[in-house]
Amino acid sequence: MELFTNQVLAGIATGAIYACMALAVVMIYQAIDHLNFAQGEMAMFSTFVAWQLMQWGLPYWVAFVLTLIFSFIGGIVIERLLFKPLAKAPVLTHVAGFIALFAIINSVAGLLWDFTIKQFPSPFGSSPFLGSQLISTHQAGMIFVTLILLVLLFAFFRYTRVGLAMRAAASMPESARLVGINTGWMIALGWGMAAAIGSIAGMLIAPVVFLEPNMMGGVLIYGFAAAVVGGLSSPLGAVVGGFLVGIFENLVGTYIPGVGNELKLPIALALIITVLVVKPNGLFGRAIVKRV
Amino acid sequence: MSTVQEVVTEAPVIEDAIPKKAMALGPVASLVILALLIATPLFVKNFIIFQMTMWLIYAIAVLALNILTGASGQFSLGQSAFYALGAYTSAILMEHGDINYVLTLPVAGLICFIAGFLFGLPALRLSGIYLALATFALATAMPQLLKLGVFEHWTGGVQGLVVTKPDAPAILASLGLKVSQDMWLYYFTLAVSILIYIFSVNLLRSRSGRAMMAIRDNEIAASAMGVDVSLYKTLAFGVSAGITGVAGGLGAIAVQFVAPDGYTIQLAVALFLGMVVGGVGWLPGSLAGAAFIVFVPNIAESVSKGLSGAVFGVILILIIFLVPHGARQIAYGAQGLIGKLRRN
Repeated sequence: MELFTNQVLAGIATGAIYACMALAVVMIYQAIDHLNFAQGEMAMFSTFVAWQLMQWGLPYWVAFVLTLIFSFIGGIVIERLLFKPLAKAPVLTHVAGFIALFAIINSVAGLLWDFTIKQFPSPFGSSPFLGSQLISTHQAGMIFVTLILLVLLFAFFRYTRVGLAMRAAASMPESARLVGINTGWMIALGWGMAAAIGSIAGMLIAPVVFLEPNMMGGVLIYGFAAAVVGGLSSPLGAVVGGFLVGIFENLVGTYIPGVGNELKLPIALALIITVLVVKPNGLFGRAIVKRV
Repeated sequence: MSTVQEVVTEAPVIEDAIPKKAMALGPVASLVILALLIATPLFVKNFIIFQMTMWLIYAIAVLALNILTGASGQFSLGQSAFYALGAYTSAILMEHGDINYVLTLPVAGLICFIAGFLFGLPALRLSGIYLALATFALATAMPQLLKLGVFEHWTGGVQGLVVTKPDAPAILASLGLKVSQDMWLYYFTLAVSILIYIFSVNLLRSRSGRAMMAIRDNEIAASAMGVDVSLYKTLAFGVSAGITGVAGGLGAIAVQFVAPDGYTIQLAVALFLGMVVGGVGWLPGSLAGAAFIVFVPNIAESVSKGLSGAVFGVILILIIFLVPHGARQIAYGAQGLIGKLRRN
């Protein structure tokens, strides 16, 4: 039993990483109705910016805020330069655009900061949390930040005019335009916010997985999976999905014999597909009603 | 407002309805391209012939994805898994079973068809993003499965298998023709590609093809018209996987080597890009798309070693900016132009 609780705890700790990333995924999905394959790379780039700022001697929180602003503006710029001109192109072309963006950011980050692994500081320290060896203060802090983000996002979408306008623009662009919403800028704003949330995720994840241009590869897959399991339209679902995927992954690795690190990912994904087959819109997602 | 939120989904993955005639090239253009494909290897070096072979093989794989996505409207990031399955089937049959390479291809196709058909069953419940994730999972799982110790006797584990390159048939030599292994393999691949192309064009013109396209354009309307949606969706998966399997088998023979890490998600992404660059739902575009897969990374590498990824990305972005509908757009543009010139 102790093994079980320990593994669940460890799962929650890794789940926080996925939950964080999943929030960013849900954010962009709310704005553009699509998954952004370059999201992880954008987060990685932001994290490198934060690292660079700290190398130049800025204190953590200053670097943190500057990075947030940089990412927010960066996200908007990417949308304006790259995806606005493509607005009329077929959806699959957009996906190709994401892949191009992925390649560019990854390569540029590799050139600017090379591929060696770098340490990234944590604002929460890394001593054991409440005497437990399994969760460090950093991981506890990460869970805490994720939950705060969730509440903020929930409030944003639920109680602010901009949040409402954004949801309207994503779900019914035509009607949203008719009631006077500037849907183009809503999309840009969504990109900005997704990039900013992604940068927070990146800065929280970096102390755990270390900073390097490919750090986000695995995390993004799990982040997608978490968002999809939770239902892409729900921030709460994303966070719950993140923790579930983390716990899943740990338990599978512990209890099913013959599952090394290599098979963890396929099995976690297989379980996710099972969830999807039973509940095609994710655990918390809204069923989409189609009009013929 | 009703309490149920209505979301209108406009043909989710695929662009506007494509008339079925437009999915293939006219006879004149086809013959010109075919003549070029036959003549070129006679004038170039062996390495370039090898690259052209790979180009054709990827074109087959892109074509397979085009049938799935372009015709039936299902999105897949898992083609690399079927490609791997086909490659391993051919390699194992050749190396462990001593079976002639030509005969391994139908077996690879059949096994992949079955695998694809079976995978298509749970995939029926999923669409759009969710299907993308499920196929993506398949693609990431495949290399790991191939590494499993249980199959190591057959698959060679992480090391993979070495495949013997087939010689040109002796009959050609007795006729006094000197055909190198590379050249023989090229013409063999070309023959297989042509067969598959003709099969695919006819498939899409048939009742089944029309049913798939009806599903792509509007699933609910298609089922209301009596199209068996589940059957044709899984069938599309099966056919696509089967063709990909043949491409994989050819790939294994051409590269002379199979290993799990040759069939990662990157391959699936490359095939997807090939489809977009070639034009979704336009079968001849597969050639253009495959050319993009084979040659653009090399070009990017030669422009800048350190920034090859960025160069690749920029080229890709330029292409989708200039021709968002891929090579199809260029072909249609050219067609329109020729039509105008004729009238003048």
